[in-house]
Order: sequence, then structure tokens, then C-alpha cells
Amino acid sequence: MIASLDTDPADRDPVAGLQKDIRKLTQPPLEITLQTTWMLAVRDNRDRTAFAALFDHFAPRLKGFIMRSGTGSGQAEEIVQDVMLTVWRKAGQFDPARAQVSAWVYQIARNRQIDMIRKERRPLPEELGEDPGAEPDASQILAVDQEAGQLKQALERLKPDQRDIIEKAYLGDLTHQEITAQTGLPLGTIKSRIRLGLERLRHELKGLC
Amino acid sequence: MTAINHHTPDAMLAAYATGSLPQPYALVVAAHISLCLDCRASYEAHQAVGGAVLDSGAGEAVSEGLKSSILDRLDTSFTAEQTYQRMGVYPGPVMQALKGKPIRWKSLGLGVRQSILTSDRDGSTRLFYIPPGQAVPEHSHKGLELTLVLQGSFSDDTGRFGVGDLEVADQALEHTPTADPGPPCICLAATDAPLRFNTLIPRLLQPLFRI
Repeated sequence: MIASLDTDPADRDPVAGLQKDIRKLTQPPLEITLQTTWMLAVRDNRDRTAFAALFDHFAPRLKGFIMRSGTGSGQAEEIVQDVMLTVWRKAGQFDPARAQVSAWVYQIARNRQIDMIRKERRPLPEELGEDPGAEPDASQILAVDQEAGQLKQALERLKPDQRDIIEKAYLGDLTHQEITAQTGLPLGTIKSRIRLGLERLRHELKGLC
Repeated sequence: MTAINHHTPDAMLAAYATGSLPQPYALVVAAHISLCLDCRASYEAHQAVGGAVLDSGAGEAVSEGLKSSILDRLDTSFTAEQTYQRMGVYPGPVMQALKGKPIRWKSLGLGVRQSILTSDRDGSTRLFYIPPGQAVPEHSHKGLELTLVLQGSFSDDTGRFGVGDLEVADQALEHTPTADPGPPCICLAATDAPLRFNTLIPRLLQPLFRI
């Protein structure tokens, strides 16, 4: 095999390349994010200071997120209030081994927005039962936080027009047909990031049934 | 439970997670996710992307009093939304649509029964009860039709669908789903338009049965 000297051996040796990828994937993240720490303090200790910190982080982001779909400032704040109260009340359902805080808050916000528009509750999947005897595993929480970090980086690396489509889709501004027409690009780029987490999620979920 | 072979297409899961899926389809997808761990994992992965979009978006300053007004309300009592759990073969989202009440079946003849869960301008959702060997009357439809099997199984030109399987039939598909031998087939179906029948008699009966 002839290879130029300046090539990274990992690039021509499939096995070494794989090991390099695995190293990249299993590189330990520095620590659990502040948001997760706050959320766990709210869930387990009903910690108001931690809740206030969550508010400071999420309330402006939520308000900006809601206003981008054309909702006025006043109504946006009403929704922010509902969402943050739900975060406090439903904290017991937060599972850091399955979802990052931002993902959990995102779904609460979308559910609330849709319920307000339709004036009825949107159909939601059954909640999974608690895994009896499951100890909180820091490595799983770290994995979720790490994937969330990678997702954010992947989003930031997208070309502006691609990023725009992703944002529109997740803001709820694309129809089902429009989302279907977007398969491949750039949903595909994002999907390759999601895939990293999918196997882990499946494993997690199987432990719950 | 047997393995699920027919899943929710990923774009449909994305549309469900982002809230863009019309309500009748959302009910069927929510029911499928309740039965299918693979699709639940994909759904949660889409939530993670939504979270990343939320977290990296530009913020908008909130009014000064908002934080203290929320902190003041943390201890106020509230009525938790009622949640519906699975009852027999019916997943939580179906029980939610029924508001926990018993199913009211209406006969369509030949042992076939239906129960309309929701019907409005977005389309309709209904339960079908089909004895073995019986067909859902041959039909075509204007839009997309989703059918989720809750008990037994059915087969049509495209394959066999068992418990937890989701059939996605588009406009082009004219199919004759027939319940397989075994327990009666119970399924949840959603369309965004009233069904149209190909044979004359059922078409005349259509307004009567609202099928």
C-alpha cells in the first residue's frame, strides 16, 4: 500500500480510523451542565434558587423562541410563565439519562403553544414507568449532556440557509409536507448527529419497560 | 408483544415532535410511540434537536416583574391535568380521546364495527373492529391514511400488519385490508378527509355511517 507520509494513518487504515472515531466519541465531557444540575436540584430538593437560575437561563430564550413565530411580547410572556410553572410542577418527570433540560423544556413549550392555538390538549404518548431500582448514573447524564453539546455545535456549523430551515421546522413553522420534502438535506446532517444518541436512547428506554 | 415491523416515517415523527402534524395523525403517531420503543427514541432525538434550537437561539429580555411573579406562584395549588393510561389493547392517547369513557361501537354490517373518536375539519380518527376474514370495505382516500393495529392483524396488497404496526397509505393506494384468522382485528385509523367508497352501495351509505 502506497500512502504519502503526510497522511494521518487513521485516514487510510479503517481499523485505526474506527478507533480514532471511538476515542472521539468516548472522550469524557468535562462535567454535567449547570442546567442539568439546577434541574436535578429542583426535581429532588424543590430548590428555589436553582429554579430561579433555570428561569434566568430559559425565560429569555423561550420568549425569543415563541416570538419568532409571530406571537406578541405580552402573550409570549404568558406562555413563558406557563412553561416555567410546568417545569416546576412536572419536575418529577424529568429524566436526565434520557433528555437534556433544553429538550424537555422545548417539548413543554411546543405542547403549550399548540394547546393554546387549538384550545384542546394535543395527543401525547403514554409516560414510561419509572425503572425500579435504577440508580442515577452520572455517566449516562454526562452522555446526554455531551450529545446535546455536539448537536448545538452541529447546528452552528450549518450554512445559514440550512440552519434557517432546521430552525423553522423546530419552531413549528413548516408543515408536515414541507418537512417531508426536506429529507436528506439538511435534516440528514442533523440526523447523523441524532444517530449517535439513538442507540443509547433505545438502550435507556428498554430498561424502562 | 411481537416485533413491530412497520414504523412511523421519520419525517412524520419530526412533524409530530415540532407540532406540525394535523391532530388526527398526531393521535395515531402518539399511540404508535406509546407502543414502539424505536419510534419513541427517534421522537426524543427530535426533541433534542428542538432543545438545541431553543438553547442556541437569541433571547428576548423578559419584563422585570415576571420572575418574581412566577416565584410567588410556585406554592399555589393547581389541578394536575388528567393523564390516561393504557386500558387493555387501547393505548393512553386513545383513552385520552375517549376521555376514559367506554367505546361506543356502531355496526357497519358483516360483523364490522366502527367508533368515531374525533371528526372535524382537520379530518377524523376512528376505531375499527373487523372479524377474521372480513375486509374493511374497499376504499380509496383523498389524502394520507394512517392505520395502527391494536389487536389481531390485517393484510393487504402491501403486506401483513400486526399489533403495533403502522400502515401509511397515500392517495395512490387502493387497498383492501382484510383481517387475518385469529382474534378480531382492532385498529385505529386517521384520515384528513372523509373516506370515499368505490362500490355503489357503500357510497350511498356513506353519509349514514359517516365512514
